[in-house]
Amino acid sequence: MSGDLTTTRPLDTLELMINMGPQHPSTHGVFRMVVWVDGERIVNMEPYIGYLHRGSEKLSEGELYNQVITLFDRLDYVSNFNNELTFCMAIEKLMGVQVPERAQYIRVIMCELNRIASHLLFYGTFGLDVGAMTPIMYGFRDRERIQSIFEAVSGARLMHNYFRVGGLRQDVPSDFRERMERLLPQLEQGVEECDQLLSYNEVFLARTRSIGVLTKEEAIAYGASGPVLRASGVPEDVRVSEPYSVYDRFDFNVPVGKKGDCWDRYYVRVEEMRESLKIIRQVLAQLPDGPIMAAGVRRIIRPPRGEVYVRTENPRGDFGVFLVSDGTDKPYRVKIRPPSFLNLQAMQAMMRNAYVADVVVILGSVDIVLGEVDR
Amino acid sequence: MAEQPPRPHRREEAPTAGPALDERGTALMALLADRLATFQPQTAAVLDEVVVTVPRERLVEVLELLKGDEQLDFNYLRCLSVVDYKTYFEVVYHLWSLAKRHKAVVKVRVPYEDAKTPSVIPVYRGADWYEREGHDLFGLMFEGHPNLKPLLLYEGFDGYPGRKSFPFHEYNEW
Repeated sequence: MSGDLTTTRPLDTLELMINMGPQHPSTHGVFRMVVWVDGERIVNMEPYIGYLHRGSEKLSEGELYNQVITLFDRLDYVSNFNNELTFCMAIEKLMGVQVPERAQYIRVIMCELNRIASHLLFYGTFGLDVGAMTPIMYGFRDRERIQSIFEAVSGARLMHNYFRVGGLRQDVPSDFRERMERLLPQLEQGVEECDQLLSYNEVFLARTRSIGVLTKEEAIAYGASGPVLRASGVPEDVRVSEPYSVYDRFDFNVPVGKKGDCWDRYYVRVEEMRESLKIIRQVLAQLPDGPIMAAGVRRIIRPPRGEVYVRTENPRGDFGVFLVSDGTDKPYRVKIRPPSFLNLQAMQAMMRNAYVADVVVILGSVDIVLGEVDR
Repeated sequence: MAEQPPRPHRREEAPTAGPALDERGTALMALLADRLATFQPQTAAVLDEVVVTVPRERLVEVLELLKGDEQLDFNYLRCLSVVDYKTYFEVVYHLWSLAKRHKAVVKVRVPYEDAKTPSVIPVYRGADWYEREGHDLFGLMFEGHPNLKPLLLYEGFDGYPGRKSFPFHEYNEW
């Protein structure tokens, strides 16, 4: 390296390509992204998915309807009940099956508990993403309590396979009500503790406020849904805008953010946990007795020919199933609309002009589950 | 890639799910038929949804109209699905209006031998990954898409696993 050391040449920053993942603890699964940075600023970001693609949609075409429910458990593996519900509802709508009241109410309880469990997991991991180690302890403490209820009800902690077309596999255990009465105050207190621990922490605010802003227009254009869409100021919740199951009988609010930054996406979820607890209280108060399975639903289900699209509010957003039936015992085509898939797509817009240090925070705030993105 | 043998106990005469439109759905169907009259669509009701089938050449125009019209206001693309019917594909767009809270389905038929359809990214930005997925799994060409790289499959994957002709369930485990 020979040269005149006295000449001053302007130092240009080189555009640098950084690869993140697919094996990286902060990507919440097997997700890879390539980030181009100019100094500390992000110039461009490209996500790569598909590392967990199992062909769930195609696999469904070779299974009996009741067997497909197990595949739906494995899509979004932290909100299994919500996935099962959507698929069961699609067939029920096609067949015109009326699900008994008790089954509907138990479904709502399970789905809302699942929403809280999912948001608690988000709460814990989002804390880790911004560098706070304590939240995950609190999040998992309460999540564990919910998981033990799931285990008591369905026999499994993760892959429940509990909902059936026309109702439920079995009734809840006899001590279900007592267990819930014990659980709810613990959860209510737990959510408040979580909120007080992290939400208004000075460092946390500095890391999340005005970071990764997604405007209202962008959120709609990209098809974002759930907490991501609501944080951007759109009061869209399938439970309210197109009520399914028995959600129209309960009184709850739809929390909406103002700016669409990471903090809004976080806080919308904290508020949602409170609303879910409100719903569960109301469901428990109204829970009727009666059958848990609709009469006349056979073991081998053969819905009529036709197509149906059903959407429900998953913890991550608007989860849809497009089902085409040819009248046989297996679906002709199952198309899944995974909310994380679209929310992840919108991440490119959130990353615009962000700092490279915020990449993990923005990714964490979207709360993706790769099992669902890749299907 | 042989045709699958007919399944046992298959009922040839399976019943078809009938339409079940409510009042709003009927009004929307009339409104859609009125606004899209120049495109000569086939309008039908499937369960509680209004399904409009349009020629693929005019798809983008139709979607622009549906999105821009004040009374229709379909500003949200809920789902884009590709269905393989063995001789043709059907691309299904599930639309939703966030303000009006109504829904509609737009369908396009694409023949097998000419598997091309216009990209709707100019109208709905969120269709990007859906179309890449459709290209990936079904080999459908979305004309005008800026980046049709494989999304779910790896580079160089042979065949289109979404298609009915792809041998997916004909394997012997043992």
